[in-house]
This record gives sequence, C-alpha cells and structure tokens, in this order.
Amino acid sequence: MQSVFTGPVFVVRDDIDTDQIIPAQYLTLVPTIREEYEKLGSYAMCGLPEKLYPARFVRDGQTRGEYPIVVAGRNFGCGSSREHAPIALGAAGCKVVLAEGFARIFFRNSVATGELYPCESSERLCDVLKTGDEVTVDLDALAVTVKKTGKVFKLKSLGDVRSVVDAGGLFNYARKTGMIGKTG
Amino acid sequence: MTLTEKLLARAASKKRVQAGDNVWVQADILMTHDVCGPGTIGVFKREFGKTAKVWDRNKVVIIPDHYIFTADSMSNRNVDILRDFVKEQGITYFYDVIDDPNGHWVFDPTKGAMKRQHGSHYAGVCHAALPQKGHTRPGEILFGTDSHTCMAGAFNEFATGIGNTDAGFVMGTGKLLLKVPETMHFRLEGKLQPGVMAKDIILHSIGEIGFDGATYRAMQFDGPGVASLSIDDRMTIANMAIEAGGKNAIFEFDAQTQAFVDYRCKLNGTNPSYEPVTRDKREKFSYELVLDLSKLEPTVACHPNPGQRKLARELNAIKLDRAYIGSCTGGKTSDFIEFARILRGKRVIIDTFGVPATPEIVHDLQTARWGQQTVWEILVAAGVKMTENAGCAACLGGPVDTFGRMNAPLKCISATNRNFPGRMGHKDSQVFLASPATVAASALTGKITDPREYLPA
Ligand code: SF4
Repeated sequence: MQSVFTGPVFVVRDDIDTDQIIPAQYLTLVPTIREEYEKLGSYAMCGLPEKLYPARFVRDGQTRGEYPIVVAGRNFGCGSSREHAPIALGAAGCKVVLAEGFARIFFRNSVATGELYPCESSERLCDVLKTGDEVTVDLDALAVTVKKTGKVFKLKSLGDVRSVVDAGGLFNYARKTGMIGKTG
Repeated sequence: MTLTEKLLARAASKKRVQAGDNVWVQADILMTHDVCGPGTIGVFKREFGKTAKVWDRNKVVIIPDHYIFTADSMSNRNVDILRDFVKEQGITYFYDVIDDPNGHWVFDPTKGAMKRQHGSHYAGVCHAALPQKGHTRPGEILFGTDSHTCMAGAFNEFATGIGNTDAGFVMGTGKLLLKVPETMHFRLEGKLQPGVMAKDIILHSIGEIGFDGATYRAMQFDGPGVASLSIDDRMTIANMAIEAGGKNAIFEFDAQTQAFVDYRCKLNGTNPSYEPVTRDKREKFSYELVLDLSKLEPTVACHPNPGQRKLARELNAIKLDRAYIGSCTGGKTSDFIEFARILRGKRVIIDTFGVPATPEIVHDLQTARWGQQTVWEILVAAGVKMTENAGCAACLGGPVDTFGRMNAPLKCISATNRNFPGRMGHKDSQVFLASPATVAASALTGKITDPREYLPA
C-alpha cells in the first residue's frame, strides 16, 4: 500500500465547495462509465474563479493535472453530496488532500470511493505553501516535509478510515472484513 | 439520549447509543435522482453483479428533478437510465418525467421553458416531493443521494445526504455504517413578526454558528416557538442544516406532523404506520442556543457563502440584476404566497424568475384565488417569469439552457439555499440568499430591500 506521496501541491483557501471542485453542469457525466470518469478529471477544480486562481489545477485540453497533493484551508468540499467531487480530483491524479478541515459528506465520499486520502493538518498549510511547492506526505509518520526548506508539519491521524482508503474504498473494505460476501 | 441518538439507536437495534459510536443502521427509504442515480446504479451493478436485485423494491424511491427541462442530451439520457433500472428491478415508486414506461424523455426547446412538458407522474424537486408523496415518516431513517435530504428532519426522522458509493451499498444491503453525531440544541421561543420568515430563522442560526459550525453534528430544533411554525417552515429550516455543515436536522413530532404525514401517506397509498421519537429528560448537547423568534429581522446571506449574515436593511445600497424564487428551500406554496402578498398589484423592475418546487405547487398556485385572480396570475401580472416546469432549475446552475440560469456575471437575490461562486451559473456572478418576502421586496426596488416596508396593510 502506498503511504508516501511526493510532488507539487495545488493550494486553495477556505470553504472550497463542491461546485468549485466540479461545476454542476458536468454532473451529467456518470463516474462509473470509464470515459466519463476521465472527462470528470479534466474538469477538476475548473469552478475556481480565474481571478483568484490564475494557475489551473488541470490545464486546458488535459485529462490529468500535475498535482498529486491538494492543500486547503477550512471546510474543504462543503456543499452538495456529489461524489463527482472526490472522483474528479482522483481522476485528475490527486492522491491526498491536506486541509485544515473537511465538510462531512466530502470526507465520507473520499473514503467510500477510496479515491483519495483526506488528511487534516495541525497547521494551516494553505498559509505556508504555494502552488507548485514540492512536498512529501508520509501517512505512516503523519508528516509533511517541504522540499525547499526541509520544514516538517504534522498531520492528524486518519484513524479507522485509513484502512478503508487503503483497501480501495467501502466495498473492498466491506469484503475484506467480511461485512458483505466476496462475490457481493 | 437526544432525538437523533434515539433514532439511530432504534435503527441499529440497540438500547443506547451515544455521540461518537459507529453503528450499522437499517435504512427505511433510499432516495436518488437523475444526477446521482445513474452513478449509484453503476456502483450497485459493479459491486453486486449485473443480475443483482435492490434490497427492497418498495423502499428505493427514484425522483428525477435536477436536469430535466434542458435539451442537453446527456441529461435526457440519465433519466432514461433511471427508467430502465426501474423496469428491470420492479421499483414501485418512480416519479418519471414522462408517462410512457417504454418511452424516452426529450425536452423540446421550441415549446419554450414556461409551458408544462412533463407527464402526470412527475413529482418535481425530490425533497419537496418525498413528503408530498408520503415517503417521509416520523421515526424512520432516510438516506438520499443529495445533501438537502436533511430537509425531512422536519418530520421527526433521521435524514441525511450520502454519496453514490454509500448509496450503492444501501441499495444492495439496506444498511449503512454511521457515526452517531453530537447534537446541537436550538430552542425556539416566541413568534415571528410580520415580514419575517422561517428562512430568516435558519439564515440567522447559520450566521450564529458559522457555516461550518455544525460539521459532523445534528441540529435539534425544539421549544415552544416550533408550534407556530408550519410544516413548510420546519422544512425550510431543516433543509439548510447542511449549509452549516450539519449531518441532519431534527424536529419534534406534534399534531401538525401527524396530520400532514397521515394525509400524505393515505393520498399516495404508502405505508401509513410509524413510530415517532420523543424527547428524553436527559439529553447531552454539544452546543445550546435559545432563539427568540420575535426579535429576528429579515436576514440575508451575502456572496460567497451561506454564513455571510447581514440584515436586509443594512444592505439597501446593493443593486441587483435579478431575483429568483424557487428550489426545495424556497419554492413551496407558502413561499409563493408570501411572495405574492408583497408583489400583488405592483411590478418588478428587475428580471424575476419563479420556479415552483413541484407540479402540485404549480397546481396550488394556479387554483388558489385572491379576489378575481389566481396567485399565479397575480405573479405573472407583477412581471414574474413563472414556469410550469417544476424542478431544480437554476438553483444549481445546471446545463446552460436551464431556466433562470445566470449565464453572465450578474447579482441575484434568491430564495434558494446556496450561494457559493458559480452555484447558479456564471463563476463571477453573486448570489444573495434571502426569504421569499425579501426577494419580493428587492425585486420591486432593484436593491436589497427589507420586506417590512412593503407589507400590505
Ligand atoms: S432545488 Fe436546489 S437545493 Fe434543492 S435539490 Fe434541487 S438543486 Fe438541490
């Protein structure tokens, strides 16, 4: 199971809602259909206003972004229950979101789909890091190391939910632990 | 235990649960719609197999409502995916857009957006349709693939929004693993003043705790003030619990709840039996607030989120381009009645759109008479663009041809529930959330306006 992730971060501020992560007009795409899943990736975070976020998470014409790690402030993923939000991020190549706090349904959907690790940071990393900064996230050591400065920041433990994401989501986890039958 | 703990304990077949416990709960209803239904069905089939059957065909309720009146072919296709699944599974409660079970739904833009295009089974916005069609019962557990599922907490049940994967799991097993939330207590006292509405109560409360103030928690509303609130009012309040990050909202059961639920279950022939939960003497709350309803004033949540609380009278310098009344929160019959009371005999001076939440509400407004005119006619005469195609419409933007969608960076005052950037369309538009009364008064002046100045004598 991969527990160390290295790469550039994409930084957003507080209260990024699901409309900004995946705007409503793209919800016609059905995530369980392969091509539509990839399309969702191409639109990840495209609802962020350009004025505030001139660097884009996924470049025009690409289906994946170059940021495996998203850094956010408070209440990341607030708003609707659309699972398209963590899925779009995952489809675009994001593996970890480091936020000061998450909205409940987004957190739950990230875990249930196994698309990404929603990690809470003890400090407000969105004030410290800039888009493009290289970091290493170690889920076992619960640490984020900034390449440029060597500074280390702490993460809060994911607790029980770590093993659900490790397993690849709710269904795999439920099978592994015998909550539902193997063939379903 | 709190009301929420009692509901979850019962659904988990346990004597007691407390905040923080993880429990498997048995669902009573799973609701899904056209936006999340196809994905949920996809997860269900992928995980349980192509020939799998849903856990209970009478308990999966499917309500297309979001992207219906649009020529977008993907949206139309998604309604067809729902219909095929319903046929295959023999699902009892499907409120299809069209009457022909073998047909295909296609919206015809040449007929325009205002004239009714749906058939006789269509039920409109899911959260308003669920109670109207007798699917909300006290004491039950309702899961829905939509964050405003919490609206049904008005009926003394546990109702919460979940994602497609969780919903796929419920579809196959009828169960879901939940963490019992802490409960925040909102005790309501007194009565609202004229011109102040239930929407103001919830906008005020969200402003008080911050719009992530109820994250992972239950919001319990009780106290003597609740008796003066109609069922519609309670629904408005419960609807926006999610706007404070809440997991669910919950009201006590009373004679009004009983009358409503009994009538609705009978009307649609749904299960008429239920067992409400009542308050214990000892409840553990993580937060308490006493709200004197008589002190509240018309309230507005400013761009860009529902926690940006201001009083309407503080904002009269803000000029508007548009007004919108609709959605599960603000598109009920009582909402349009308050709206019409202020607009009657006057003219709006900005573009004003009206989208009733359900076809039944359209019917109410087209038949309720005030003097010579119906409420519908009063609104049309006041210059409101009223559509008969009930649904979510521009509440969440939707495809570009959606009725009322903001396709330019406009400023809009809206009776809906969300105002994040881009929510109603254009990324750089601004949405101000307010009660139907405040939206009406603002539509008359083109600025954010305290409706108390425009109350009829
Ligand atoms: S009316 Fe708006 S808030 Fe209500 S279900 Fe539809 S999109 Fe969601």
